Amino acid sequence: MRITRVRLISQIFFIGLALFFAFITQFSYLKGYPVSLFLEVDPLVAIASSITTHTLYRSLIWSLVILIPTLVLGRFFCNWICPYGTLHQFVGWLFSNRGPRGVKERLESNRYRKWFALKYYILIGMLVAAAFGSLQIGLLDPICLFFRSLTISVLPAVDMASGWIYVQPFVYQFAWVVGPILIFFVAMNLVIPRFFCRVLCPLGALLGLLSRVSLWRIERDEQRCDNCKLCLQRCQGASDPHTALRKSECLVCFNCLDDCPHGALGFSMLPSSPHHEVAVPDLSRRRVIFAGLTGLLFFSFSRASGEITKNFKKEVMRPPGSTAEPEFLERCAKCGQCMRVCPTNVLQPAMLEAGVEGIWTPVMNMKMGYCELNCTLCGQVCPTGAIQKISIAQKLGVGEFTDLGPVKTGTAFFDQGRCLPWAMDTPCVVCQEVCPISPKAIFSREVEIVNRWGKKITLTRPFVDPTLCNGCGICEHECPVKDYRAIRVTAVGETRSRDRSLLLK
Amino acid sequence: MRMDRREFLKRAAGAGLAIAGSALGAAWLYDPRGGAEYFRSEENKKTASLKSYRVDRGKGAVEMTVVRGKDPEKMMRAGIQAMGGIGSFVQKGDVVLIKPNVAFDRAPALGATTSPDVLKAVALLCKKAGARKIIVADNPINQPEGCFFKSGIQQAAADVGAEVMLPKPGAFSLVKIGGEILKTWSMFHRPLEHATKVIGVAPCKDHNLCSASMTMKNWYGLLGGRRNQFHQQIHTVIADFAQMIRPTLVVLDATRVLMQNGPTGGRLSDVQEADTLVIGTDMVAVDAFGYTLLGRDPEKLEYIHKAEARGLGSTKWKEQNWREVLAG
Repeated sequence: MRITRVRLISQIFFIGLALFFAFITQFSYLKGYPVSLFLEVDPLVAIASSITTHTLYRSLIWSLVILIPTLVLGRFFCNWICPYGTLHQFVGWLFSNRGPRGVKERLESNRYRKWFALKYYILIGMLVAAAFGSLQIGLLDPICLFFRSLTISVLPAVDMASGWIYVQPFVYQFAWVVGPILIFFVAMNLVIPRFFCRVLCPLGALLGLLSRVSLWRIERDEQRCDNCKLCLQRCQGASDPHTALRKSECLVCFNCLDDCPHGALGFSMLPSSPHHEVAVPDLSRRRVIFAGLTGLLFFSFSRASGEITKNFKKEVMRPPGSTAEPEFLERCAKCGQCMRVCPTNVLQPAMLEAGVEGIWTPVMNMKMGYCELNCTLCGQVCPTGAIQKISIAQKLGVGEFTDLGPVKTGTAFFDQGRCLPWAMDTPCVVCQEVCPISPKAIFSREVEIVNRWGKKITLTRPFVDPTLCNGCGICEHECPVKDYRAIRVTAVGETRSRDRSLLLK
Repeated sequence: MRMDRREFLKRAAGAGLAIAGSALGAAWLYDPRGGAEYFRSEENKKTASLKSYRVDRGKGAVEMTVVRGKDPEKMMRAGIQAMGGIGSFVQKGDVVLIKPNVAFDRAPALGATTSPDVLKAVALLCKKAGARKIIVADNPINQPEGCFFKSGIQQAAADVGAEVMLPKPGAFSLVKIGGEILKTWSMFHRPLEHATKVIGVAPCKDHNLCSASMTMKNWYGLLGGRRNQFHQQIHTVIADFAQMIRPTLVVLDATRVLMQNGPTGGRLSDVQEADTLVIGTDMVAVDAFGYTLLGRDPEKLEYIHKAEARGLGSTKWKEQNWREVLAG
């Protein structure tokens, strides 16, 4: 069997596996499957989050499984495993002119362009921001992008058409942004095949830098080569196999081996003559410094806006078990796994609520859902520990965690001007009914009043006990005052940060 | 170049067809109604109606049995035996809908949901009677899959080969209820459509607003739409439930009773073992008795009296044909 056939099988297997994991990342199917595996083996997630936190969280150690072979074989991940890369390759293939008349067009489309180096500058900027504590790689990391797009836009759309994904349809705020970003990157394959992989992908850039030392590479036999350039026809990385190979661009797809009519190309260990390769990407030192400075300035400018200190927003309620906000931003890779697994749809991608650094990080929106009391699934699937893996006992603050007390994600407040028994002489207290705490965090007082028609009526008026409220938000979710609820949860009182606590303890 | 005749005729025919097509299309789609009729037509949307699932067992039949014991299976068997045997309720080929209360994502021991053992006992009896299929359905307040899983109801259903029907959006339709407040309402209708017999199996619970959640309140869980508005007139709405559905049988599961912090509970100390099942055909009577298990006075439970006033049942269970049985 040809090696390209083996590669295709590998690609189909891994994109299938990724889709399978994305599908089963939900309460009913999640049975100990490593559903975040792709994120855990992603070397960019591992390296960037170890730069921000100085630790390698739990399963991220598995990234060595990709990292070590890259040092020997080059960027094989991009064309053998990466599901996002496979998607782009497929679309590029679908729209390419594959007939005999398309040769010229194909050679042109796979020509190396100087600006393909952009991805290295993106990587450098992001890593510098990471060094200061802002994890931004998730914006463009292909695995994060792939899973985030599936969770927020694709799966809800599939469910709309089929009803296969959810029992009760899930929706995500800004699905209309995340979806079109996916469409844009996919559509760019019509202009330049694998545009995303060649131009933007920071993981590809990282692996490209690492592959500098790799022992194996594509090698051209100059005796046999007659410079027909046919090897470029389906070259995925635009890595110039017809001349001095750009090692950092080569995706090890092996198409050139198939396409060479003279058998001049091979994959061999240790180059016979070093001038046959360009081992380092063509980066200018000044541009590298400029990219680094941009990363630094991004960090300073976003922190200067105060969104994680003085000006933090009441809407930024993080999932239970989340680390305090500065560390949260060091850890969250914006992959969306927590939003996928959340059984109630309460976890939503932030746009600018959490500051520009917090784009696509999870926040709780109680109109969409609420935090299920006996559930810690978000922390189970989080690959980076932004949401720590906590047990139910720890979340509830029982058993050995009694001293820590329950994890609180915020506090509920009544809006007496909108609450039916407070403002409109109408019985209700649905909030109290659904409060899952025992004794209930919502208590009530009965009052006897004379209504406007002179009739004596008894009303049950609800109050919040802030010592018991854990901010789960089911009261807000179930409140019948649908548009702007009469009880609303805000972030104050969350246990992840002393700065944002409410009561003296 | 001048157009020749053939070309002219071709174009004229094409244009004529296009004009005729647009005119026909417009006539077909034409809607002459204005605002008033438009909004009225929303009201007249097609509604389904529920059939009665009751069985006629003739005069003098036992209407309610109170069973005391430890083993739900033996208790159910003995209780139903005292009412004439399961054969008088479920026949061969019946499709039985069992409606537990799985509203919350709670472990069985917390008493917020129907005990899986009681559900199993009911389902086994139906199977014995030759039911073709048993459906277990509820529309929980918490997330459905989690509720069915953690309450143990899913496992119980699987153990007896019953099908769990989850409240998918397509399973709801507008149903004519004809109550005092609930005229028509969105209902989890699909299981009711399939069923030929319906058995409600409700836990006995304290409730923050209406004082107790028992067999009448249990039907709340088959409703959809904006059901969080029911609390504004909770007692009338619960009485409407008795009008809405005529079940074959109701079972009040008081093996555990949630005495406080209802309807969610949450601590074992909220729960008391009562080792009792109340089986009956009159929900009002069953709930009147059930209220005493919470240690409260049925005279003060508003909704059962509202239902009684409408002739939907009797709060005076003592005057009915009832039995008390010890089992297991």
